[in-house]
Amino acid sequence: MTAVTETQQDRLVIEAPRTRKKRPSQSGRGTNFEMYAWIFMRMSGLLLVFLVLGHLSIMLLLDGGVQRINFGFVAGRWASPFWRTWDLMQLWLAQLHGTNGLRVIINDYAERDGTRFWLKMLLYTSSFLVLVLGTLVIFTFDPDLAG
Amino acid sequence: MTVVEDRPAAEQAPVEDHQRIITVKVRRYDPEVDPEANWQSFQVPVEKGDRLLDALHQIKWYQDGSLSFRRSCAHGVCGSDAMRINGVNRLACKVLVKDLGDEILVEPIKGLAVLKDLIVDMEPFFEAFRAIKPFLITDGREPTRERLQSAEDRERFEDTTKCIMCAACTTACPVFWNDDAYFGPQAIVAAHRFIFDSRDDGAEERLEILNDKEGVWRCRTTFNCTDACPRGIQVTKAIQEVKRALIFRRG
Repeated sequence: MTAVTETQQDRLVIEAPRTRKKRPSQSGRGTNFEMYAWIFMRMSGLLLVFLVLGHLSIMLLLDGGVQRINFGFVAGRWASPFWRTWDLMQLWLAQLHGTNGLRVIINDYAERDGTRFWLKMLLYTSSFLVLVLGTLVIFTFDPDLAG
Repeated sequence: MTVVEDRPAAEQAPVEDHQRIITVKVRRYDPEVDPEANWQSFQVPVEKGDRLLDALHQIKWYQDGSLSFRRSCAHGVCGSDAMRINGVNRLACKVLVKDLGDEILVEPIKGLAVLKDLIVDMEPFFEAFRAIKPFLITDGREPTRERLQSAEDRERFEDTTKCIMCAACTTACPVFWNDDAYFGPQAIVAAHRFIFDSRDDGAEERLEILNDKEGVWRCRTTFNCTDACPRGIQVTKAIQEVKRALIFRRG
């Protein structure tokens, strides 16, 4: 066996089909954002089961169901602060729950940094728009618009 | 020690009456021959009680000596021969061919760089293991005799002491496949073994390491790890216990 010289050894190094990009980080005490996001998903999920099932029953099943929904029906419900709070909570919880879920999925599946960044920007922009619009409607709804 | 020998194939072994022929399709990769991995089929005579490892030995010893894989004890203890068998991670020395059908697909475990055939670079896996400080950490004075522990205290982490570090769980994890910075199930199992040990004082330190962005919160509870573990460790449960410890700890 002849000794392998330095340069020969360099040439023998084989590029693996999958090389490791990152190392387990040891940043120490972080902001715990991931932990709070994780807890939020569980808590909001529990609340949403109750809120959304209640919402669906009222809107689609009980008392004539979906057939009776019109502007007047919505105006009647939103005259009460209780239903406005219900809908506001539902909007915020569902929107944040869904956004965080998609954020996690993007983190899991988008491989390139650029793809991940732009997908998340798209996600945050769209959920911000829906949140602002929805909140605006709930707070500024005017029953007299029907004329 | 791991055997990675390359010896020329001997003469084809005769097929005996009590043997039957099965097809073993192996995902071959040899960067010195072909930069792409490809499937190669082997017709292998096997007996009723043969394990997949026996079939691989038959190939290596009688058909193609260039086939490379790791194995050491061959009895499910050393954890060298974890591979993806018919799409799931198993130890080749623990599964019987009679349970795998007439055509068996054998691939290297996923998510780690393949070096040759069924051999992968385990270094990222061990790096994650080292990162959680897998050794006893204690405060205060050394006791003058052994560190005692009640049977109940020992039972608390009994399950996670069974790990043989074969990497079947970590390389079965879809999160790890796509994000190699994730610590992976094995590192969390190893941390669990010390976090819940009453004699150890390093729990806080290890919990903080796993509280990282790439730590336990990355887990999606898909249970692939639990299914893959050849020692029957409740891996996902251990990960959940670490999450719970992080949420309910003091301070």
